[in-house]
Amino acid sequence: MTAEQATALIAERFAGAQVTAGIPLVVMVPPDQWGAFAQFAKETLGCQFFSFSSAVDWKADGLEVIARVENLDAGFAVMMKTRLGPGVSTCASMVPVYRGANWMERECWDMFGIRFEGHPDLRRILLEDSWVGHPLLKSYAVDTPYPPYR
Amino acid sequence: MSGNIPIADREGPRRIEQELTEADRSRRKIEFDYSGGERLSMNMGPQHPSAHGVFRAILELEGEEVVGVDAVIGYLHRCHEKLAETLTYAQYPSIASKTDYVAAMTSEFAYVMAAEQIGKIEVPKRAQYLRVICAELQRIASHLLWLGTWCMDMGGALGGGATIFLYTIRERETILDLFEELVGARLLYGFFQVGGVRYDAPANWIEHCRTTLDAIDGRVVEYEQMLEGNPFFLARAKGVGFISRELAEDVGIAGPLLRGSGVNFDIRKAAPYSSYEDFQFTIPVETVGDCFARYRVRMAEFRQASSIARQALDKLPEGPISSMPGLKSVAQVRIPKGEAYTRVEGPRGEVGCYLIADGTAKPYRMKWRGASFSNLAVLPYIVPGVKVADVPAIMGSVDPVFGEVDR
Amino acid sequence: MAMKPPNVPVIPAPVWRNFKELQEWEQLHKTRPEGDQHSQAFTSLTEGIHGFPGGFLVTTTADAFLNWARKSSIWPVTFGLACCAIEMMATFASRFDVERLGMVPWASPRHSDLMIVSGTVTIKMAPMLERIYAQMPDPKWAVSMGSCSNSGGPFRHGYHVVKGVDRVIPVDVYVPGCPPPPESLLNGLLLLQDQISHFRKTGRRAPPTPKVD
Repeated sequence: MTAEQATALIAERFAGAQVTAGIPLVVMVPPDQWGAFAQFAKETLGCQFFSFSSAVDWKADGLEVIARVENLDAGFAVMMKTRLGPGVSTCASMVPVYRGANWMERECWDMFGIRFEGHPDLRRILLEDSWVGHPLLKSYAVDTPYPPYR
Repeated sequence: MSGNIPIADREGPRRIEQELTEADRSRRKIEFDYSGGERLSMNMGPQHPSAHGVFRAILELEGEEVVGVDAVIGYLHRCHEKLAETLTYAQYPSIASKTDYVAAMTSEFAYVMAAEQIGKIEVPKRAQYLRVICAELQRIASHLLWLGTWCMDMGGALGGGATIFLYTIRERETILDLFEELVGARLLYGFFQVGGVRYDAPANWIEHCRTTLDAIDGRVVEYEQMLEGNPFFLARAKGVGFISRELAEDVGIAGPLLRGSGVNFDIRKAAPYSSYEDFQFTIPVETVGDCFARYRVRMAEFRQASSIARQALDKLPEGPISSMPGLKSVAQVRIPKGEAYTRVEGPRGEVGCYLIADGTAKPYRMKWRGASFSNLAVLPYIVPGVKVADVPAIMGSVDPVFGEVDR
Repeated sequence: MAMKPPNVPVIPAPVWRNFKELQEWEQLHKTRPEGDQHSQAFTSLTEGIHGFPGGFLVTTTADAFLNWARKSSIWPVTFGLACCAIEMMATFASRFDVERLGMVPWASPRHSDLMIVSGTVTIKMAPMLERIYAQMPDPKWAVSMGSCSNSGGPFRHGYHVVKGVDRVIPVDVYVPGCPPPPESLLNGLLLLQDQISHFRKTGRRAPPTPKVD
């Protein structure tokens, strides 16, 4: 499997996905196909290695979830992205496919407030459970005070 | 046995915090039966001498055996990703060194590489070689610290484990002397900048490097003889903490852990950066996947790192050390709109930086892919089933650095 | 004969299991009477001897002896938080060797006299730090090592960082640097020894050194 074959396979299977060739292969997936695409990337494209997943806050355009998976033997990587749209903060979970997504998605919930449907254990991971707000959103100021320690 | 209810059923499904009711909380209880099959929750951390930092593990024990672990992290969350959005490309590299503070050079490396890739900034050859030398010296220093602390975990500070710790720190100090000569700092450097490096090698530094590397090569052989002839060490390291290849790739662990599980993957070979293609080296791979395999991989990496550093010292070209020397203000580095994910092979694995630039002097979003974060995420899969005394041994072989886990 | 079914006792969940209960535990800990301080009887006895004509000779000699003993065997609790912990380990290890000052890094707060706060104190860690400090027996000292624990340092503007450990526990010596080299920490420890030797009257704290940032 090469990157070109992978591009052709994605175009054939996922009509709604926009593929940008390069290193890595950037694939823009519609949010409703997120889980299915992860399954496809693991089983058909052979991307067994889960590198990371995170999110970006594009202010008025809403949140974007990203994940990077890699085929170590063939040497190509797929950067999956999905735009959730303005005001939406739910997304399908990748944990049933990649176990490494467990902590990464917990961090996403912690930092961006994205609820991953189907995540087995969605709690805050870095901040404590009583924390108010999601710090990596652009609306959250970096020096927001938190009582009682300041 | 009524004590053998699976943890998931006993605690009820973990829901999102707001939906957790009082009834759910009260359902959490511990039962033990008449035969003595007792189930015990044990707290380890966040201040624990063998936790390698601020890490808390809530272990579920059944006698001596661990049946479940809940890892609690975030005690060192220092807002790196948010702060990076408020700091310029010239300011942040010295803060980046505080993510993985045991291997500060490699964390700076990933950040400046991301900025250079978006801005298409060329790095002079001499700077590339100096970066390679520093990264490899840092790998040796980091592995030395790992070896010392891991053996101290397994042997106990008063039970003889401190011996090797004192030895490895002695060697590590010689490498820190090299860095002090080059940069002026011992632990956190700020050596890398976008477009090159900040300081050139001082007089006699290259000779000093060679003699230090010679000394360390001899010492590593001594450590191997000392450890591999020790039956207590072998009993505690062999056959403990197995990670299968499938689990390793699925969770996304990297570095010596991945190579200890039989995956031949090293970013320096798979996607060479910063002139790594100029050097001859091999990738040590072990197939067993236990603590001892990881130990073997790291011991072999000492030699490879030393060999790469020597080759770079031999071939070090003349020329400028930065393509944008003489930075006059912190906002001088501006890179165009774009995004990049760059990664380097740190001592703990893939250190990645995902950077989105919006054309100003500060990034729009920065995401650290900390190697230790992914490596530590494997703990809940490998710890259940081992004896409680093996937990520090497994923790030590994972070698987490909590600055990078919590960022 | 059929066995009697075993009596299965139910143990309540540990109090630290979730954070809300942990906070209640912390409240309990804070409102607890000051049991770790000197007893009232001891304090009034020493005050009485000191006020007696010529009694100051007894108390100051006892002070000098006790302070000499205290400063010669300070056991720091190994409390590593962040980057500075690596430099602290280097200070404890072969080249710098604090044991020649009578300091033994000890892994239990119950047997320690000194807490070296080495690194960034975050909001999640601050209650634990407070508790570990409370677990140490009196008299006890704290050294704040590095810019982060002095004032927040480079992370001062972060939302999750306590702006200086002195907002959580009292600090005796501040060691500047990011991270302070082992020589700097040794200087701080020698300053602390000097400060201990100037304790006035049994059981009273010396005023803290001026804050260095």
